Amino acid sequence: MAHRLLVAAAAALLLLLATAQPWLRFVLTIALSTGLAVLGIMMLLRAGQVSFGHALYVAAGAYTVAFLRPHSGEALFLVLAGAVVATGIGLLVGLFVTRYRDIFFGMLNLAFSMVAWSLLEKLYALTRGTDGIRVARPEVAGLALEGPAYEWALLLLALALALTSGGLVARYLRTPAGEALGAVKTRETRLEFAGISARRVLLQAYLVSAFLAGVGGAIAALATLHVTPLLAYWTHSGELVFVAILGGTGHVLGPFLGAVVFELVRVYAAASFPDAWQMILGLVLLGIILAATRGLVGLVDDLLARFGRRA
Amino acid sequence: MGLLLLLAVLDGLAYAGQLFMVAVGLTLVFGVLKILNVAHGSLFAIGAYVAATLIGWFGAEELSLLALAIAALAVGALFGPAIERGLLARIYDKEHVLQLLVTFALFMILEDLQKLLWGVQPRFEDAPVRLLGQVEVGGIFYTAYQLLLLPGVALVALLLLVWFLRRTLLGRSIVAVTHDREAAVAIGIDARFVYLSTFTIGAGLAALGGALAAPTTSLVPGVGVQMIVLSFAVVATAGLGQIEGAAVTALLIGLARSLAVYFAPELEVVVPYLLMVAVLLVRPAGLFGRRELRRV
Repeated sequence: MAHRLLVAAAAALLLLLATAQPWLRFVLTIALSTGLAVLGIMMLLRAGQVSFGHALYVAAGAYTVAFLRPHSGEALFLVLAGAVVATGIGLLVGLFVTRYRDIFFGMLNLAFSMVAWSLLEKLYALTRGTDGIRVARPEVAGLALEGPAYEWALLLLALALALTSGGLVARYLRTPAGEALGAVKTRETRLEFAGISARRVLLQAYLVSAFLAGVGGAIAALATLHVTPLLAYWTHSGELVFVAILGGTGHVLGPFLGAVVFELVRVYAAASFPDAWQMILGLVLLGIILAATRGLVGLVDDLLARFGRRA
Repeated sequence: MGLLLLLAVLDGLAYAGQLFMVAVGLTLVFGVLKILNVAHGSLFAIGAYVAATLIGWFGAEELSLLALAIAALAVGALFGPAIERGLLARIYDKEHVLQLLVTFALFMILEDLQKLLWGVQPRFEDAPVRLLGQVEVGGIFYTAYQLLLLPGVALVALLLLVWFLRRTLLGRSIVAVTHDREAAVAIGIDARFVYLSTFTIGAGLAALGGALAAPTTSLVPGVGVQMIVLSFAVVATAGLGQIEGAAVTALLIGLARSLAVYFAPELEVVVPYLLMVAVLLVRPAGLFGRRELRRV
């Protein structure tokens, strides 16, 4: 119950911030799109598996939008298409990588994303290489919007998707298949003894994570209106895992909280220290891991618990 | 065609030498610490930058090879213990995911450190390559530095490392800790010192790889980033913790990559990963890896 109130408060605060500071609308839209991708990473982390290649699915969603934009002018359709393509690739790759665990799982994901990155960079005729592809601004739900109105529409779309996916994933984590994810991490063999296929459980979570990353990538493409191969680069995958740990894996609010803090720190650090913003992010990450293992959500929980005791 | 093939093989050998130096340190550190060090590539880059700076300071061409050696030793001796004692020692009891992320954070920090110390302008110091001149192989003139020195140093490093691990007390302690930490500690091996020395050796090898690579390419921010993902591919393809395996795989991937450069340039970056995926499809623990028994 406390968490539901917290989610509502967070959503309200987000809208308030976007109203007060118009330039934050873009930053927050990007943060929500990152949060969507990280939500999927979080599910895999529940199973103790870390993917160093999920930027592949973000890029799949984003490039699908860029490729289909000349043929369709509807943002909602483009987002859906991005998610479907990402899930399709996720199925192909997932069938293979879910046979592996730990470092091999991480490295294979990395390998596939690097293959995608170099294809995006080298197939110039199709992808325009490192220049990337410009995306013309589409209509949203049939409305041709300009400037601020488009930004608002996209932010609200991202927020709606974030709330829905967050709710659905929270539900999924309480189903038997969702609970089994935790068992993959602790004792996979016992899971198999109980008659549950660990591989299948992991594949399901993997497909959901590819879908969510695809949605996130599509939203990001619609917000920046430009896609480049860097979306698929391994450092971007690393950032997604970073945000997951920053936010904490204890609750579905974590990825979004982490993503908003991450993007804000990045924007401010990049503006004040153009050559050292990565260093600042790295130090923040070290601090979180060494001091607060459960991430921002853990901190919030501790605060709530203290508050509850006093009340 | 034949000439092109020869050129590709020579390129491949030189590249494999560099790749091995980085990958072997990574696999050695993983074997003992059980941490995959994402910042390993940054040590490669820092080794390269320090080497380039020293070559510039020393000025004389004859001293440039010395500069490479000093750079590798200095970076290894400075960064190795600092990172292991200062950071990694605090996280040995944490989850694997968190350990991986700590080294990712370190990678981010070291990447910017390079930009702050050496700026973003490309640097090019090729004194060692000029010093050693060229040799002729089958009608092709090739720099002696890349043809003889790079693979030579890699081979010597491999032999020394194998001798060190098999024949010296510290080396055998390292192997013991790799196999079973608890048993090793029980018979009186100082695991703390083993961790420290292993990481320092690994850091030194990465820095040496970087120092050797410095004269052959112009240094720009991000040189370590490409190297680290490639050495991940080498290490995973070989099987984790396999030292001789890393050498064979580095050779395989180095040759495959340079063949791609000449005959299918679009595939240059993809080839190592395709090789890795193909190998892991058939041998899930890598070419030389052994399947671990499942502990119930």
